[in-house]
Amino acid sequence: MTRIAGREKVMSFLNYLISGLSLGSVYAIIALGYTMVYGIAKMLNFAHGDVIMVGGFAVYMSMNALGLNPILAVIVSIIVCTVLGIVIEKVAYKPLRKATPLAVLITAIGVSYFLQNLALLIFGSDAKLFTSVVNIKAISLANGQITITGETIVTIVVCIIIMVVLSLFIKKTKAGQAMLAVSEDKEAAELMGINVNKTISLTFAIGSGLAGIAGALLCSAYPTLTPYTGSMPGIKAFVAAVFGGIGSIPGALIGGLLLGVIENLSKAYISSQMADAIVFSVLIIVLLVKPTGLLGKKISEKV
Amino acid sequence: MKKILSIVLTVAMTAAMLVGCGSTEQAGSDVFKIGGIGPITGGAAVYGNAVKNGAQIAVDEINEAGGINGVQIEYQFEDDEHDAEKAVNAYNTLSDWGMQLLLGTVTSAPCVAVAEKTYADSVYQLTPSGSSVDCVKNDNAFQVCFTDPNQGAASADYIAQNNVGSKIAVIYDSSDVYSSGIYEKFAAEADAVGLEIVAAEAFTADNKTDFTTQLTKAKQAEADLVFLPIYYAEATLILSQANTLGYAPTFFGCDGLDGILAVENFDVSLAEGVMLLTPFAADAKDDATVNFVTKYEEKFGETPNQFAADAYDGVYIIKAAIEKAGVTPDMSASEMCDLMKKAMTEITVDGITGEGMTWEATGEVNKGPKAVVIKNGVYTAM
Repeated sequence: MTRIAGREKVMSFLNYLISGLSLGSVYAIIALGYTMVYGIAKMLNFAHGDVIMVGGFAVYMSMNALGLNPILAVIVSIIVCTVLGIVIEKVAYKPLRKATPLAVLITAIGVSYFLQNLALLIFGSDAKLFTSVVNIKAISLANGQITITGETIVTIVVCIIIMVVLSLFIKKTKAGQAMLAVSEDKEAAELMGINVNKTISLTFAIGSGLAGIAGALLCSAYPTLTPYTGSMPGIKAFVAAVFGGIGSIPGALIGGLLLGVIENLSKAYISSQMADAIVFSVLIIVLLVKPTGLLGKKISEKV
Repeated sequence: MKKILSIVLTVAMTAAMLVGCGSTEQAGSDVFKIGGIGPITGGAAVYGNAVKNGAQIAVDEINEAGGINGVQIEYQFEDDEHDAEKAVNAYNTLSDWGMQLLLGTVTSAPCVAVAEKTYADSVYQLTPSGSSVDCVKNDNAFQVCFTDPNQGAASADYIAQNNVGSKIAVIYDSSDVYSSGIYEKFAAEADAVGLEIVAAEAFTADNKTDFTTQLTKAKQAEADLVFLPIYYAEATLILSQANTLGYAPTFFGCDGLDGILAVENFDVSLAEGVMLLTPFAADAKDDATVNFVTKYEEKFGETPNQFAADAYDGVYIIKAAIEKAGVTPDMSASEMCDLMKKAMTEITVDGITGEGMTWEATGEVNKGPKAVVIKNGVYTAM
């Protein structure tokens, strides 16, 4: 009897863990975009969550209105988001290249509201039920006591692939090296003949392209789509990026997964109402102990 | 660029002036001006549209039959997107239009905000479906639907009397006044009638997409009934996530679940067997219901839900109160309000959401609850 009860407890723990990983993988994929832009352009793109929402609508429209297959729909979403990212960067952020970081931050918040309200005008605020882009059956383990959905598997795999490809891109390609140089010292990079403006634009294009993928996966895992879909996950993913060490690509993955797991386990074992409060308390504690986040590099402030 | 801007501004100002003229011409005192407020876009749009349409049918019927004491009704509906701030804006728009009586608002949180305004302006307010106690805390506001505590208690009683379930899990929205209000009363009543609540799980407005943890906890606690005192948008996610988990208890909800079958893209087979407490069943065979359902289907192409019925009754309740109070359209809104308040406690209305409805001075309605179950994709009386 006690053995069975013990086994059940283990099973339920595993279930909570898996749904935590599933939530965390979505945070991670969004956090990758945040951390990449911050790491290189040194700005917090608070509109990132809303670019994800646009990605979600791009997939929704291509699948439901144009009848495209899921893979094509995700490609459309990547293209739409990349173009959107470039446009936002050109119109809203580029003129502020020499302005204070605070001005850019406020502009980003403005862009975020702009995108939300634009989507509200075009699509209305009715929640739309999203058809998943993932067509893989859920895996059932231990006689059906544990289920892992196809969306979870795909999100984690995609997350790892993106992380590896991004790391390789930054280490091995010329454009990647330029990004690294810009992130270390803009002026010095410019003196060395690197086109700083172009490099930052490229960073935005890549970050927004990632948002296109994130939008498709976020809405597949949690299938409702509204103009506000991106805002809360966007904030949580920002927390995940800071948690993992903002600017660090593996940090985003680890931060996202941990955040999802902590959130879900506190929902399960402490209080479903207090989950968010606990998540943010953990963040505060981590930052008190290790201000740069889990994998953040310590950079000595130049005077 | 400047030229374009000035042209746009000129056009806008001219338009505004024309609109102004229009409304002053219409603002005669020969009609009853009834306003409506509710979400006709947004997450709770199904309710707002149902109320708007249901009231329209009643208004048309009354006007065709010669109006109230020979006076026609004019009816205007404004959108609030289930948002308190937008609801107050909608109220202001209606006041500018010359509204004398308010049938609204549709959902609880905006209703509480608007109730403050109607109380300050002394305007009679009848909410078809705002079920929070706070909606009617002022003496000028009345309800057509049950209050949340009543829904919670009635649900627990119904479950116990009909043996629908014994081990109960609750998933509710702790950030929403409607949901937590029902939950608290349900928990108290469940205790009194011997139901065991094995899991009470909350979520908040910021955290309402992933319910797998709450459902897993309910499953682990071996709950055979999950009580959902929430709105249908989250319920669709809960039903599909429960299905993924292979968890199939009885789901039981209140009027917030009404509308779940109308959600775009939702697989209605997931809602099969879901029970909900609602005072209206579209398949009832009495003449009044059949008349309403037929007209609604003809005009709007869908089966009316409880909200449409509440609004339909609401218009007739206003009519009964006007006749009782002897209100005439040349009175000011606050004169009307004083007379209507008194008349509300004296009238008895037979409607499609309940027979012999009466009102307390507190604004709460007295009528008996009914439950329906979703069978083959339609609401069926039990």
